[in-house]
Amino acid sequence: MTVHTLTEAENVAAVLARVAGRHFGGVAAIEKLSRESGGASRQTWSFDAVVDGARHGLILRRDPPILGAPRTKAETDRSVSIDRGTEFRVLRAAFLAGVRAPEVLFELAPDDGLGEGFVMRRIGGTAIARKLLRDPPYDQARKKIAGQLGEILARLHAVPAAGLPPLTRREAADHIAGQRRALDLLDRPQPVFELALSWLDRRKPAPTAEPVLVHGDYRTGNYLADEMGVTAILDWEGAHLGDPLEDLGWLCVKSWRFGAVDKPAGGFGSREELWAAYEQAGGIKVDAARAHWWEVFGTVRWGIICHNQAWRHLSGALKSMELASIGRRAVETEVDLLQLLKSGV
Amino acid sequence: MAQDRPTASELLSAIADFLREEATPALDKAEPRLAFQMRVAVNSLAILEREARLGPAADAAERARLAKLLGRDGTLEDLNRELARQLRAGTRDESDAALMAHLDATIADKIAIANPKWR
Repeated sequence: MTVHTLTEAENVAAVLARVAGRHFGGVAAIEKLSRESGGASRQTWSFDAVVDGARHGLILRRDPPILGAPRTKAETDRSVSIDRGTEFRVLRAAFLAGVRAPEVLFELAPDDGLGEGFVMRRIGGTAIARKLLRDPPYDQARKKIAGQLGEILARLHAVPAAGLPPLTRREAADHIAGQRRALDLLDRPQPVFELALSWLDRRKPAPTAEPVLVHGDYRTGNYLADEMGVTAILDWEGAHLGDPLEDLGWLCVKSWRFGAVDKPAGGFGSREELWAAYEQAGGIKVDAARAHWWEVFGTVRWGIICHNQAWRHLSGALKSMELASIGRRAVETEVDLLQLLKSGV
Repeated sequence: MAQDRPTASELLSAIADFLREEATPALDKAEPRLAFQMRVAVNSLAILEREARLGPAADAAERARLAKLLGRDGTLEDLNRELARQLRAGTRDESDAALMAHLDATIADKIAIANPKWR
């Protein structure tokens, strides 16, 4: 007798047929199921559900059930991530408030057996920075993206608090403490990051009077765009409450320009262009020094994320040459930090 | 006793050249996902080649600068630990020209190994 064990994809397809049928009210056939990027822990799957002749292009985001894996210090960078249920509610609130975000449809139930996750509508466009920055189909989009990102961000920061799930509030001082903790866990002396964190500590902005929804990872690579420009903001796991300028600063970190270094707004425009669009769409007036502070902070943050990614491999949590190699990218942010600290806005 | 040639740098170059010029084009056709991983590997080999060539002198220069800056001797790790401690405590900051000259030189050497094209 041969025992047929379901592959991961077969298992996912079977469960999706059941849950999509439940949601749409009919018998669902699952077609074109494929695993997109992402690691073993936070997965994205693309598929079509065909229900009564109607085809729905969908995306599954899920964290597979963890089988008693101990939490390692490599995962400290994950501790700032919200869980899938919270991400679902943040996305729903943002979509209802008119933010260009995917429309979420339903969550997985615990006894569906796929772990925590949810299903949303698939949106057209690419997130690949290299294509958006250089390929001919995006010639027109390239002129619009910086302004669109400013506009969308203003809307995102205006999502009413009443519609949001409980989120952690993180102000400048909390972020500095978090990065120092991360450095201590990595346990390798990092003079440039220490210098930058002390620089940031001495100049940190006061807590915001009215904290807003902060996306937390608003950058090129984390939104979809087509020939007309931005179609959807993705990757909301870093959502929290805080200073709206945090997202503006992070978007301008040099690493997110993917080589288009003279265009700080995600590789597509100037800071001034971004800020003007943001203000025009209802965002607060951008204070240049405060935005610079968040850009410096974002540069530190990305450098320490590089070390944390490498540590996931080094600790044995997830063997990966790709993760290991990211550790050697941290020095790029050290170069940028020494430049930024001298530019002294 | 010294190893025979090729040196570490020469051997790493030879491996990287082979993987880049012969193995990667074949993988591009057969296994695009592996071809991407191969490019990551080739890039890492190029880092190691530069490190084999430039690393020892860069480490020695960093240690000499740190000993002078801190007024004491120790291993590279010890000295960097002390500098990091002072920077977090705020007993030294960016107004210290000798400190900034040291960090500029150190990071210039590091990026020359990790990614000389970064700007």
